Amino acid sequence: MVDFTRKYDVLVIGGGNAALCAAISARRTGAQVLVLEGAPKFYRGGNTRHTRNMRCAHDAATDILTGPYTEQEFWEDLLRVTEGQTDEELARYMIAESKQILGWIAEQGVRWQPSLGGTLSLGRTNSFFLGGGRAMLNALYLTAEQLGVEILYDAEVVDLEIDRGMFLSASMEQAGAVTTVRASALVAAAGGFEANIEWLKQYWGDAADNFLIRGTPYNRGSILKMLLASGVQEVGDPTQCHAVAIDARAPKFDGGIITRHDSVVFGIVVNNRALRFYDEGEDIWPKRYAIWGRLVAAQPDQIAYIIFDASSRNSFMPTLFPPIEAGSIGGLASKCDLDPNVLEKTVADFNAAVCSGTFDATILDDCRTEGLTPPKTHWARRIETPPYYAYPVRPGITFTYLGTRVNKQARMVMKDGKPAANMFAAGEIMAGNVLGQGYAAGVGMTIGSVFGRIAGREAAQHARN
Amino acid sequence: MHGTSTLEEADRLMTVCNACRYCEGLCAVFPAMEMRRAFSDGDLNYLANLCHACGACYTDCQFSPPHEFNVNVPQTFAILRAESWSAYAWPRAFSGMFARNGVAISIVAALSVAGFIFGFAALNDPQALFGIHSGPGAFYALMPHNAMIVLFGAAFLYAIVALVMGVRGFWRDIGEPVGMLDDGGSLWQAMKDAASLRYLDGGGVGCVNEDERPTDRRKIYHHLTFYGFLLCFASTSVATLYHYLIAREAPYPWWDVPVVLGTIGGIGLLIGPAGLLAEKSRRDPALLDQKRTGMDVAFIVMLFLTSLTGMALLVWRDTGSMGLLLALHLGFVFALFVTMPYGKFVHGIYRYVALVRYARERRMLGNIISGKVVDDRDV
Repeated sequence: MVDFTRKYDVLVIGGGNAALCAAISARRTGAQVLVLEGAPKFYRGGNTRHTRNMRCAHDAATDILTGPYTEQEFWEDLLRVTEGQTDEELARYMIAESKQILGWIAEQGVRWQPSLGGTLSLGRTNSFFLGGGRAMLNALYLTAEQLGVEILYDAEVVDLEIDRGMFLSASMEQAGAVTTVRASALVAAAGGFEANIEWLKQYWGDAADNFLIRGTPYNRGSILKMLLASGVQEVGDPTQCHAVAIDARAPKFDGGIITRHDSVVFGIVVNNRALRFYDEGEDIWPKRYAIWGRLVAAQPDQIAYIIFDASSRNSFMPTLFPPIEAGSIGGLASKCDLDPNVLEKTVADFNAAVCSGTFDATILDDCRTEGLTPPKTHWARRIETPPYYAYPVRPGITFTYLGTRVNKQARMVMKDGKPAANMFAAGEIMAGNVLGQGYAAGVGMTIGSVFGRIAGREAAQHARN
Repeated sequence: MHGTSTLEEADRLMTVCNACRYCEGLCAVFPAMEMRRAFSDGDLNYLANLCHACGACYTDCQFSPPHEFNVNVPQTFAILRAESWSAYAWPRAFSGMFARNGVAISIVAALSVAGFIFGFAALNDPQALFGIHSGPGAFYALMPHNAMIVLFGAAFLYAIVALVMGVRGFWRDIGEPVGMLDDGGSLWQAMKDAASLRYLDGGGVGCVNEDERPTDRRKIYHHLTFYGFLLCFASTSVATLYHYLIAREAPYPWWDVPVVLGTIGGIGLLIGPAGLLAEKSRRDPALLDQKRTGMDVAFIVMLFLTSLTGMALLVWRDTGSMGLLLALHLGFVFALFVTMPYGKFVHGIYRYVALVRYARERRMLGNIISGKVVDDRDV
């Protein structure tokens, strides 16, 4: 039983990868640790539920990784995807620490999947959790429980008492009752605000009503908001979020990875006026996915349709929802509530502009359009083989970039530039320090594990002193 | 469209899972699923029989209940497996045996045991049933050896024919030409996978049973049961060879091969089923085909009673209880054999055949992997 009269050494708020790594690491450093997870047990773990792998530097191939991935290469990848929006010192430190994480995470009971054929392009850089993110979480929770970490679910922190960078206590609401929890140090690992539609509306307006949230409804950013209001320095662009195109028929929350569409490059994308609006062949993975959420968000009613034909039907991963199907372009338009005449013209114009080339989905091939605006610069093939198909897509919000600034100890930095006395942060809530924009597969989990482990250790050491 | 609501649900789940694939490292089911984009009835029956019900994919799944996607592969496949066995049952008239299997097996067992007791009483002097018989040929004072061989040989042959006919139906349903069952490499690979229960381990840490904490208990108890059964079978086989080749008649002294094999096997066949039953009673109901726990329990109990009566016979064979114990033991063994094609026993046969197909598919996939759609999704 959790004893609220006592003062814990370390209070961890959150329940995902970063929170559990912090709790385990603090406990292993000798601290008494309490974890408050705002979600019910089934939904524990925030976005970690939907993750699958982690990107760690390593100097040689292993039984799970097909080749070396040096710190320098990792850094260059990070620099490229963030376009420089990263704290180099912190990022390089994280990358160096990531080398140990592969082994450390396995010591906490998480199992890695031997490299399989299906995930070739990440087999060298990324390590996959056997059974996925929820399996990883289950292992971490089991280890934490066995070590004696105390964990509460449905435990929403509604207030933080912070005095000039010094955490004093948290108010926790569980089953309608508010309880004060005291601890010598705080680790905030409670994620971003992607599930907080009202907050998203501040930057996106009413368009945010049409956003689908890929994770649980519990990622509301309330801890982040409290910390920033208590004088913690913010980092990352508050207006930005990671968004991909996901099936418009997906649930409002927690559709996870399986609602995503990878078929953009195989066809054309039109808005609800049946008009194309962006070069579908601009780039290959991972950029091609990451831009389409934002592109669709900018369209009327935040909806678009990926249109393709029978020749591409089996060229991409099987999808959760079947495509809308029709024998003619006009018929397809009717089924999608699009103007048949306009869609027929859009497709006809596109087909007329396609030049001949050699199609190859794995490279930037030479199949392109000529004299078309916007162009399709690669993988352009005529849409002419019935049946015709459409996937309706909406912006699917993965995570937000706004966070708390931290130093190499994962210690929060206050607005005046001074380190907080006893407050640490890990995971998505501070990801913006390293990942100011963009994304590279598996980096979110690296940030969570590396800074979670550091934050737990530092918080425990602070509590001991 | 599929023929049954269970097949519809299995198709829905495989469509969800095939768009996710996070479980591909856990067992054979998901890699087999990834080789397909659409699922026929036969495909689904194949995948259901390939599933060892370790339960890992349920606790690892971000979409399992209470999530609205309601993904529960172990339970759906458990139901589908039982429905498939019913559909493949030979002769078809007996497929109903699977519906209320616990009751059906109990009745057959009771009739069988009663038949032996009455048979012994009717065909022998009542004195013989309760008399003390010892030394070679003692059992045959109650039932002539040739009568035993004819009766049990017939029961055993019937079970084999019925099982073969069922497997034939399965093999055709999953779209494999009959001749392909002679692929030696795949047979051997499947043999190794089955013998080690390779896929009853949640991808390496064990089964989940009552909660999300994996353990190896079910695997251990299953090994005890399976190898215990094999040893008992070997014991009987050696005894038969003794009888016909070197005219050495049962009962045998405690140190002789049939008794040693039977005793070791019998102990396994007591601890194993008892353990499996205990694990089943603890198992999260969400993982079970709750309408058919009777089938699982009936088979486990039959194995347990076969062993228990055999052990009792060994202990009290030199007393006046021997006649009754022999009737009991033979009654349970006979019932076990004749009901083999119509109960949980068939899971081992269909699973082995599914493993053979999986081994074949894996070998063939090696040639076409370059044409596979690459899943490079991260977020």
